[in-house]
Amino acid sequence: MPKITIQEVETVANLARLEFDEEEKKQFTYQLERILSYIDKLNELDTENVEPTSHVLPIRNVMREDEVKPSYPREEMLKNAPRPVEGYFAVPKVIT
Amino acid sequence: MELYSMTAHQLRDLLRKGEVSATDIVKSVLERIDEVEGKIKAYITITDDLALRSAEKVDELLAKGEELPDLAGIPVAIKDVICTKGVLTTCASKILYNFVPPYDATVMVKLNRQMIAMIGKANMDEFAMGSSTENSGFFITRNPWDLDRVPGGSSGGSAAAVAADEAICSLGSDTGGSIRQPAALCGVVGLKPTYGRVSRFGLVAFASSLDQIGPITKDVEDCALMMNAICGYDPMDSTSADVPVPDFTKSLIPEVKGFKIGVPKEYFIEGIDPEVEAAVRKALEKFEELGASVEEISLPHTEYAVADYYIIASAEASANLERYDGVKYGYRAEGAKDLIDMYKKTRSEGFGAEVKRRIMLGTYALSAGYYDAYYLKGLKVRTLIKRDFDEAFEKVDVIVTPTSPTPAFRIGEKVDDPLTMYLSDIFTISANLAGICGISIPCGFSSEGLPIGMQILGKPFDEETIIRVAYAFEQSTDYHTLKPRIG
Repeated sequence: MPKITIQEVETVANLARLEFDEEEKKQFTYQLERILSYIDKLNELDTENVEPTSHVLPIRNVMREDEVKPSYPREEMLKNAPRPVEGYFAVPKVIT
Repeated sequence: MELYSMTAHQLRDLLRKGEVSATDIVKSVLERIDEVEGKIKAYITITDDLALRSAEKVDELLAKGEELPDLAGIPVAIKDVICTKGVLTTCASKILYNFVPPYDATVMVKLNRQMIAMIGKANMDEFAMGSSTENSGFFITRNPWDLDRVPGGSSGGSAAAVAADEAICSLGSDTGGSIRQPAALCGVVGLKPTYGRVSRFGLVAFASSLDQIGPITKDVEDCALMMNAICGYDPMDSTSADVPVPDFTKSLIPEVKGFKIGVPKEYFIEGIDPEVEAAVRKALEKFEELGASVEEISLPHTEYAVADYYIIASAEASANLERYDGVKYGYRAEGAKDLIDMYKKTRSEGFGAEVKRRIMLGTYALSAGYYDAYYLKGLKVRTLIKRDFDEAFEKVDVIVTPTSPTPAFRIGEKVDDPLTMYLSDIFTISANLAGICGISIPCGFSSEGLPIGMQILGKPFDEETIIRVAYAFEQSTDYHTLKPRIG
């Protein structure tokens, strides 16, 4: 059975850009451990010579002519932004 | 009979004979919404003005004597995960609480060409993750057959709206059973098309290799009409399949003589509700009466499907949901120290518990050191599950199973235990992993008066056969005509 530590939960949370309080971390540790031990069931199967299926259909690159077409108007696309400033998406200062 | 309680094909016929107007139909459904929506809560947004304006346009064309498409003036509910231009699209998530798409999903372009009257955006589990609609970031939806029970999920609002006559038809999306399971629990018809059959352009992505949009309707004929409207190749979706689309109404033939029906022995397991098993066994007898042959088959990797699904779906979800960062749209947390802190606060405040759980699981499964053990393993097991179906379909035309192991469960019954909740999708998940099509239709009622659904699975791109088999059963029974008494 996979053992998940609080530290692992913290590392994964950071990768996923999430943060949790101590209580939530404990809960996630327990729940992830339970779900992963259920998923460990897959190891009962020998898949040594099995090809992986990432898509059920044969996926090919879809090529098209490189033509200039109208894009969505800037104002339209900024309408949903939490902080549009002078035609841009504003974010907290990155370089200090 | 009230207009709101009719099917799309009945209303189409009345409309064409000039016996009712599209405005009459929309008004009838809006009155029904006024009457029962307080109890059901199927909708996040009700688009009454838009629906009335669409109906007026249909009536003007009718007055001019123009020929109209099948779904003209029909009130349709749209799951709130499908982008509707100029209409709030939230995915039932606080992180998209104010998102108004600047474009229509391809299915909306197609439905608008049919001149439907979109009546509202339906509630769902947040980002389509769940089996009960209890994971909605806003409120829960109730089952019209018993208000203390869930409507299923994730397309619970879409199914409840149709079952409660608050919409004539609806669109849902199905990643692991999210159309078929709520359709079963609400006593209506729900079809998950073959992967690639319907464009996913404008469907907010959960697990891109599993997601499909499909119809929820009151009967199989309406299902065929909706399928005619939404299917087809779309250059905007690179996973859309360039295959011919038949006229699905041609499959509405109530005969299955000589058809071979497979029944997987692995689906009648311990834990299945005996009344569900009995209803499906009785349905199989009905098929034999109708001249079909029923044989036991084996799908040996069935017991691995749920585990496989949660690895693959969560991995894809964790990648797809990276885009919610508080920059381009939706919610942004206040008071962040810097950019990374803004991302973290926005996502932690904006996503609900189940969505975070799956992002965590997916991120874990894709992270260095675990990729081969979990994700790659999952993709290999997916191959085995797909092979099971390829082999079964060499012997039989369709596979019949229960849609869900139990009828609708009680609100709150499974919320504290994610694993038990996941197992309620045990019969529907394999179809998404294998990419095949499946339909759920009503096949009986429990002793408590709750609807029971039967699932009919078909070969890839053979929706015609499942529609025909479903239609034959429906026409020889009357389960689809029974309505809940909402109280």
